[in-house]
Amino acid sequence: MSKPKVGFYWCASCGGCDEAMIDLAEDLLALAETLDIVFWPCAMDFKREDLEAMPDGEMSVCFVNGAIRSSEDREMAGLCRRKARWLVAFGSCSHLGGVPGLANLDSRESLLQAVYGDGLFGNANPGQVRPQQATELPEGTVSLPTLEESVKTLGQVVRVDYVLPGCPPPTRLIARALAAIVEGTLPSPGSVLAPDVALCKQCPRIESKPDGPLLRALRRPHEIRIDPEQCFLAQGLLCLGPATRDGCDHACIRGNMPCTGCLGPTSGTRDFGAAALSAVASLVESNDEHQIAALVAEIPDPAGTFYRYSLPGSMIHKRAGGPASGGARP
Amino acid sequence: MADTESSGNGKAFQPRIVAFFCNWCTYAASDLAGASRMKYPANARVIRLMCSGRLDPQFVLAALRQGADGVLVGGCPPGDCHFQEGNSQCRRRFELLCRLVAQLGIEPQRLRLEWISASEADKLRDVVDGMVKQLKELGPLRLEPIPRPEGPGAGDLPPAGVAAEGAPP
Repeated sequence: MSKPKVGFYWCASCGGCDEAMIDLAEDLLALAETLDIVFWPCAMDFKREDLEAMPDGEMSVCFVNGAIRSSEDREMAGLCRRKARWLVAFGSCSHLGGVPGLANLDSRESLLQAVYGDGLFGNANPGQVRPQQATELPEGTVSLPTLEESVKTLGQVVRVDYVLPGCPPPTRLIARALAAIVEGTLPSPGSVLAPDVALCKQCPRIESKPDGPLLRALRRPHEIRIDPEQCFLAQGLLCLGPATRDGCDHACIRGNMPCTGCLGPTSGTRDFGAAALSAVASLVESNDEHQIAALVAEIPDPAGTFYRYSLPGSMIHKRAGGPASGGARP
Repeated sequence: MADTESSGNGKAFQPRIVAFFCNWCTYAASDLAGASRMKYPANARVIRLMCSGRLDPQFVLAALRQGADGVLVGGCPPGDCHFQEGNSQCRRRFELLCRLVAQLGIEPQRLRLEWISASEADKLRDVVDGMVKQLKELGPLRLEPIPRPEGPGAGDLPPAGVAAEGAPP
């Protein structure tokens, strides 16, 4: 039997997802015995032409990480979709939009204005030159991809078969998914390849999580000496464990930092940010309207906190009301 | 209900309000308003919850996503909750949700939480009246449609399961 062919591609991402593949270390070598890596521009020398030359459906599985930000991302996502039997959204960005997805709090124009106009870096670009999609040169026309109006998830531009969530996906989940490909034991399409249970359920600190409302004040990690045993919420630190899918082996928790929600929601939740917000707000220990308002005001950036990895995949995926920039943000 | 659609074809804008009323107070108040033959605008579509504490912030976002111009939540006055503290629970979530939607470019005035007891039919009328006026001033809520796969290379099957994360609920 021939080895299953797999590919890896990155769209708008930081490279951490490809790094997570490398983190498989020696297992990656063992894997190369059982899988044929036919496309991985980040780590090996493959070009777009190589992918285009493949027959459709040639790859058993293609892992695509990164959000869809530019016309190039969209084209490559479509190409990966065509050439692969199963398409896997790999990591938070392709799953729900990820950190780059927070750009949806601003319009495309206000972002370009901030970078190339007289905004944030105005002095560096006195001519306010902007990248052109096509430029005429003596040798011919050269072109650049263009920014889309908003950041999108992979599933918003092509059909996605599986999701490997996380920022980046935990090594154990990657290894398990790759093993399932080799053994032909992938679950039914549509599955998120991670446990369907909230992080809190498996958290080593669950014993110290109080049952009822407990938040009297919010603390930030640098403000206190964090108890390495006690529930973060009980210490007044925002932890999104109650709303986040488990499967990460609690790398952050074990590193004494609260969960920021990178694995996204469990299957019962449509909008991660709203669910996380609900979980945190429920813990405010006060029935007084003014006290409640004062306490929730201690969260300076609710969108960045609760939608850190999931704004494009949420119900209000993009800032409403046209081109106004994030002026409403504190 | 055609006269309250916000997609006006030349007619004046009639805001759509999705109203979540608690069974024990505000829903009873709306019953009383009806029994008393009070007149107030027909813009509110009422959904009965057993307690305002049942209000998941996702309900509010889903209502806005599916065409509501505003969301009204009605619960028992503080101290009178049928389940003791459900209304406070609602208040905690609602307060934070208002701050979140403001960041998403949605005027927080489109969301309103009111305590209306079973006997306060007149307050209910005034609240709905006031909210309709406010929403008429704000105009229709315009949200970008959620992107869906389309065109060649997008895959021939409709998004299912995980891919449907991008689809409206």
